[in-house]
Amino acid sequence: MSTTTARKGRSPRRNRHSTALTVAMGLMLLYAFLPLVWLLLASTKDSKSLLSSFGLWFGDGFHLFTNIHDVLTYDDGIYVRWFGNTLLYAVVGAGGAAVIATAGGYALAKYRFRGRNAVFALVLGAITIPGTALAVPTYLLFSKVGLVDSPWAVLLPSMVSPFGLYLMRVYAQDAVPDSVLEAARIDGAGELRTFFTISLRLLGPGFVTVLLFSLVATWNNYFLPLIVLSDPKWFPLTVGLNQWNSFATGAAGSGATTTGFYPLIVTGSVLAIVPLVVAFLFLQRFWQSGLASGSVKQ
Amino acid sequence: MRTLSPPSAQSSGNSAPPSRRPSRRRSSTAGNGRFGYVLLSPFLLVFVIGIVGPLVYAVYLSFFRERLIGGNTFVGFENYARALGDHLLMAGLWRVALFLAVQVPVMLAISLLAALAIDSGRLRWAALFRIGIFIPYAVPAVVASLMWGYLYGDNFGLVGQLGRAVGVQVPHLLDQSWMLASIGNVVTWEFVGYNMLILYAALRVIPEELYEAAAIDGAGEFRKAWSIKLPVLRPALLLATIFSIIGTFQLFNEPNIMQSLAPNVITTSYTPNMYAYNLAFNGQQFNYAAAVAVILGLVTAVVAYAVQSRATSREQAR
Repeated sequence: MSTTTARKGRSPRRNRHSTALTVAMGLMLLYAFLPLVWLLLASTKDSKSLLSSFGLWFGDGFHLFTNIHDVLTYDDGIYVRWFGNTLLYAVVGAGGAAVIATAGGYALAKYRFRGRNAVFALVLGAITIPGTALAVPTYLLFSKVGLVDSPWAVLLPSMVSPFGLYLMRVYAQDAVPDSVLEAARIDGAGELRTFFTISLRLLGPGFVTVLLFSLVATWNNYFLPLIVLSDPKWFPLTVGLNQWNSFATGAAGSGATTTGFYPLIVTGSVLAIVPLVVAFLFLQRFWQSGLASGSVKQ
Repeated sequence: MRTLSPPSAQSSGNSAPPSRRPSRRRSSTAGNGRFGYVLLSPFLLVFVIGIVGPLVYAVYLSFFRERLIGGNTFVGFENYARALGDHLLMAGLWRVALFLAVQVPVMLAISLLAALAIDSGRLRWAALFRIGIFIPYAVPAVVASLMWGYLYGDNFGLVGQLGRAVGVQVPHLLDQSWMLASIGNVVTWEFVGYNMLILYAALRVIPEELYEAAAIDGAGEFRKAWSIKLPVLRPALLLATIFSIIGTFQLFNEPNIMQSLAPNVITTSYTPNMYAYNLAFNGQQFNYAAAVAVILGLVTAVVAYAVQSRATSREQAR
């Protein structure tokens, strides 16, 4: 029992470790990681040992770098293009969503104007309307106005985050005290300047939380791009990887299955996961505090 | 949705009626109300483009029918009447309802236990577990479905390999009777950590004094979890439930991806959302697809609303 380390600044209730509990949670961690370990190991195999070797150990030879090379160069480097598209959709779409939701949530929390409550009620109602139910109508509307098969068809819907607005409104309520705003006004700061120099800083953790959730949503988005894009050069990684999968399983119409695609899919999947995991680990200090003090405090 | 916040929200101010505010402060912010519009307008713009527009257009389309001769004609509720008698749609709705009844409670129960375990202070390496169990959430549904699909299947078959290693005959996880459970496992794997984190964040705001008071009264860990933590968790649990309901009715990615591995089991109408998609893009029946999408949205909203109002009326009855 590590009572000495656990006691630091904490109440006595937090110093008895339970082995049974740790083992039980260890099993859960195993459940979370085992498929990912399989995926990582699979990315080191060629297509032959991918199909024949044991999943939780290496196969014949170490082919990770050959696989990565194949992924990046196949079809004139279409994967790199997909990666770039995903990056574009994530940075502009999710970044835009977070900025727009932060400004809107702050406005709803700190300014009184006509229609404020109506807007908030409308947005809360919209949280229950899922993006996937809107995907088919979005396609129909966008094809009417000629937006289909362009990056805008993915970017514009990605910038709407009703949950982000809700979260930021709740967060801004407490994070930016009215007294601070009044002090700034008395000192003669304009509203714009107050927002950028004072409020944005206080809204930081909430902003990072919204950013990360919309980052995941856009990075992982599949249904909407699948529908609104038909030209592979605008595909994000998700749609591209599934296209490779349909080549591998022969579902693409040709009838011939091509097992040579499996290493591409597996290694491409690993490369697609890495950026988000890194973002989570690096920003976790910020978003976890934002989540705790903002989203569910209420 | 406002009812999602517990009564204690009074102090945070967002539910306090404006009349209760000091009049001086009200006048000082009222003059700056215009800036509120400026900050809100980008959101309103994308909101209209991304949500209101498609929604209105879907409702509009659902009242028409494309005819070979005469083009688009107004048919009133004809598409809706057809949908209500469409056994493919109904079968899909029942399938996701069954999924909802089994997968969501299982997933939320695991998330709840994990959140309580991490918060209990009895766990070694709690931070590692917290971030580790959350990591699958960062994996795209497409990758998760491909990966699990391979794990279930014959070609790669880690599940089968492990079964043989411990001497258990593993059933064929991609066949008719196991497919829904197999998809349920993928969805659970993806979202257990996410829900755990939402619940854990709610637990973090319980003031330490409450536990100290309970300890003085002689409460043990289970008593504390039952009497202090669960009541506090109720709004967060409700939020997680509602998001799960929405996600379930919209089920698309996982079955759509795994379709290539089991095309005979996962039909084009396996879930209502897949049905709407296939109607529109393989059948060119855009008007009927719009009606199906509207019905799906309505069913989702009604179920989510029913769960929420039931939960809040129980809250008030306490």
